[in-house]
Amino acid sequence: MIARIVPPPSRSAGPSLPRSAVEGLSAEPIPSTSKRGRVREGVIVTVLTLLLTAFAFATPAAAIEIKRVVSPGGIEAWLVEDHKVPIIALEWAFEGAGASDPKGKEGLANLAARTLDEGAGPYDSQAFAARLQDNAIALGYDAGRDGFGGSLRTLSDRRDEAFELTRLSLAEPRFDAEAVERMRAAVLSSLRRDQADPNYVGRRLFYSTAYPGHPYGDEIRGTLESLPTITPDDLRGFVKTGFGRDRLVVAAAGDISPEDLGRALDHVFGGLPATSANAAIPDVEPKGLGETLVATRPTAQTVMLMGQTGLKRADPDWYAATVMNYVLGGGGFGSRLMEEVREKRGLSYGVYSYLIPMDHSALVMAGGNTVNAKAGQALDIMRQEWKRMADEGVTEEELADAKTYLTGSFPLQLGSTQAIARILLQVKRDNLGIDYLDRRDAFINGVTQADVQRVAKRLLDPNRLLTVLVGRPEGVTATRTIDGGS
Amino acid sequence: MLPNGPTAPPPWKRPWRRLAAAGLLAFALAGGAPAATPAFAAEKGVFFPETFTLSNGMQVVLVTNQRVPVVTHMVWYKVGAADEPRGVSGIAHFLEHLMFKGTEEVPPGAFSRIVAKNGGRDNAFTSWDYTAYFQNVARDRLELVMKMEADRMSNLRLTDQVVYPERDVIIEERRQRIENEPADRIGEQVNATLYVHHPYGTPIIGWPQEMATLTREEAESFYKSWYAPNNAVLVVSGDVTAEELKPLAEKYYGSIPARTVPERVRVQEPPISAARRVILRDDEVRQPSIRRNWLAPSYRTDKEGYAYPLQVLSEIMSGGPTSRLYRSLVVDQRIATSAWLGYSPSSWDMTSLAAGASPAAGVAMDKLEAALEAEIQKVVEKGVTEEEVATAKKRMLAEAAYARDSLTGPAQTLGAAIATGQSIDDVENWPVRIDAVTADQVNAAARAVLGQTNHVTGLLLPLQDKGS
Repeated sequence: MIARIVPPPSRSAGPSLPRSAVEGLSAEPIPSTSKRGRVREGVIVTVLTLLLTAFAFATPAAAIEIKRVVSPGGIEAWLVEDHKVPIIALEWAFEGAGASDPKGKEGLANLAARTLDEGAGPYDSQAFAARLQDNAIALGYDAGRDGFGGSLRTLSDRRDEAFELTRLSLAEPRFDAEAVERMRAAVLSSLRRDQADPNYVGRRLFYSTAYPGHPYGDEIRGTLESLPTITPDDLRGFVKTGFGRDRLVVAAAGDISPEDLGRALDHVFGGLPATSANAAIPDVEPKGLGETLVATRPTAQTVMLMGQTGLKRADPDWYAATVMNYVLGGGGFGSRLMEEVREKRGLSYGVYSYLIPMDHSALVMAGGNTVNAKAGQALDIMRQEWKRMADEGVTEEELADAKTYLTGSFPLQLGSTQAIARILLQVKRDNLGIDYLDRRDAFINGVTQADVQRVAKRLLDPNRLLTVLVGRPEGVTATRTIDGGS
Repeated sequence: MLPNGPTAPPPWKRPWRRLAAAGLLAFALAGGAPAATPAFAAEKGVFFPETFTLSNGMQVVLVTNQRVPVVTHMVWYKVGAADEPRGVSGIAHFLEHLMFKGTEEVPPGAFSRIVAKNGGRDNAFTSWDYTAYFQNVARDRLELVMKMEADRMSNLRLTDQVVYPERDVIIEERRQRIENEPADRIGEQVNATLYVHHPYGTPIIGWPQEMATLTREEAESFYKSWYAPNNAVLVVSGDVTAEELKPLAEKYYGSIPARTVPERVRVQEPPISAARRVILRDDEVRQPSIRRNWLAPSYRTDKEGYAYPLQVLSEIMSGGPTSRLYRSLVVDQRIATSAWLGYSPSSWDMTSLAAGASPAAGVAMDKLEAALEAEIQKVVEKGVTEEEVATAKKRMLAEAAYARDSLTGPAQTLGAAIATGQSIDDVENWPVRIDAVTADQVNAAARAVLGQTNHVTGLLLPLQDKGS
């Protein structure tokens, strides 16, 4: 989806209307999912070993090669070295960190993410922010379902300052009472604001129904009740136990040599504990399958969201499912859902499908918005397409078109230094291997019609969809109705 | 699209927020260009584009970036929603959708499918001042998309069968974009109040009662009036050189005859002497907010030289957690959870400057409004310091170094600039002009714009009986 850029400061700050807001929903495994793989237990080498095994992209992005860097202290990172722009991007994640907040402290990891860069070491919040801003350094953290991510972007001539501020944020975050209170207020405010967004209401209803009592069902930002109970000591405890080198995955891109990156890795991450303690999370199947929930709200449109069990990233049928999803609703214009619901009938501005692989569960999802009076019709069409795909799979032409798109469009994602680092990190987290980008086209091109048919039959069953509708949908039989208005 | 993910961080925690505020680099960012450019230089040169004009008057702009063998190909038409005849609001945007509905060569719906089949992505967007179409493709598919884009510049063939279902689509788009959320509705209402006469007060997507009756003939008439090579700009960024691009541009676009295109005649705002308040109460609102808009000059209408000082002012007032508004309202007084000020000078006619805030829990809106007003009053009366200006400029110039680190960013920025009356030289001189801004200029601009009393204040509130 087109990111909403808030706040809209003026008439001309966000002036354009794109033809489709579902443009970003590709079937691509890397950017469109949040799959968090497990860190491979690598061999730690104690000398500055630069494994110069480099792998070229097989796609037209042949200019890009990935180097494996192992620091003197034994921290591994993948690097795409590129001195054409004076920019360095560093992306990292602690696998599993914060994936399960303690009971009653829901929102802990997210609040930590929001507060880690609010003062560290000798610098209070304002001083820390000023150092970042004066040097045009962007440092940020993000609590995800299956891990805790960090992101740094700096100009290469400011890299020492950037690496030092990053180290401080990880090793010596202050969690001053003032900063914690301010960030807590900001998170509470964002939770309240989202109550007015029917898409948000739909997502919450879906996930809380699909994963009751499991962290995947919780609001990652916490609740109006849990957030006030989180103390600065809770945040310190989370950082202390959650960030260990055993859970660390790192990727980098841009204007830095392998040697310099190796030194930076030791500086930034070398002081972290060797091991971390994170609560084990059980695998879980989505619940509520076959239910149709309606959250009544006085809106002109109905927000539709539906899903059922999908497949994990490591599943051998992943690429077949990727092709299936592209044809069904992952491909924007030309996908079956778009064609039937929008192009032929004008029932929606956008409908789409997508895969969500997680460490402990997986979903195949579809959604869209439609006018209340025709919600039943739109929903019926989507379910029919679900069934048609399960029954018939894809045509030879659809398969061929999906392959040329999924292989050909990949280099379009390599547009910036940070985008490259993010893709590397995802490939590393997903355990796909440093030569994955070389092999990716072959995986996709190897998919047959029979493969797609098999995976479609396995995954897609319109009678086992958990469907959530927010609005005043007509022509829909609900199994349960919820007052979602206020 | 991550359903359970965290919400977006506050604006300053997004890496590109500051650039967006800087106005020039209103879109996310760019690649290539000379390697050894110092990061902090206040020198001419942001994207280092090349430009030439075809025999029919169509301008071509190229930013070469050979990092990855892909290209962004865009055609910008110098026409947007503010150029619509009265009574057919939304026709510019409707036409944008209909441009995908077929020519003799490319049947309805096939355009995007062909692009996708070739590993590319395409879309289009409409503003008050421009309409643009783009494809991101591998470099060896550039010729294909140029051929198709040139084809629909003059060969669009519409039928009722494809036009009217698409009208339903834009009506759904309006519901999704504006009507579903109170925060979007108040934005539209504030805008419609700020501009009492100028078409910038009409939403780009159109007013619903007019959208419902838009016709194929009206779309065709708009197309025939405005879509001509001499009213378009081709912008390409990525892995292609001028030597490679030139013959292709001549072949596909240069062969389309120039046509007479109407002047952009826009009515102007009358003098407005009253402050106005727009209040939207809605049962769904749990987090109230306030915003205030003042009319301000754009680059093109900037007779007094305020456009660059206002960007520096915006940085001082709203550039991250150390900015005046955030420090005062959020950190020191703790009465807001966010506070901001924004100004975007890329506009054909005048633009607006806006400021706003969201109250902390339990804080009354009038108290928040008074605190916001006090900060505005302070800058109008006492001005900013030389030191604040120096820091702001340093930060803005540093951020500009990131502008090249993107495939689509340079094309977006250059296209929007040209379509709103700027030159490439203006864009390339942005660092020099920002660097030249003085505290006196910032203060004069702040007095002139923020000192106006005919502003519009928008309040988004819960229903009265629910309090807050």
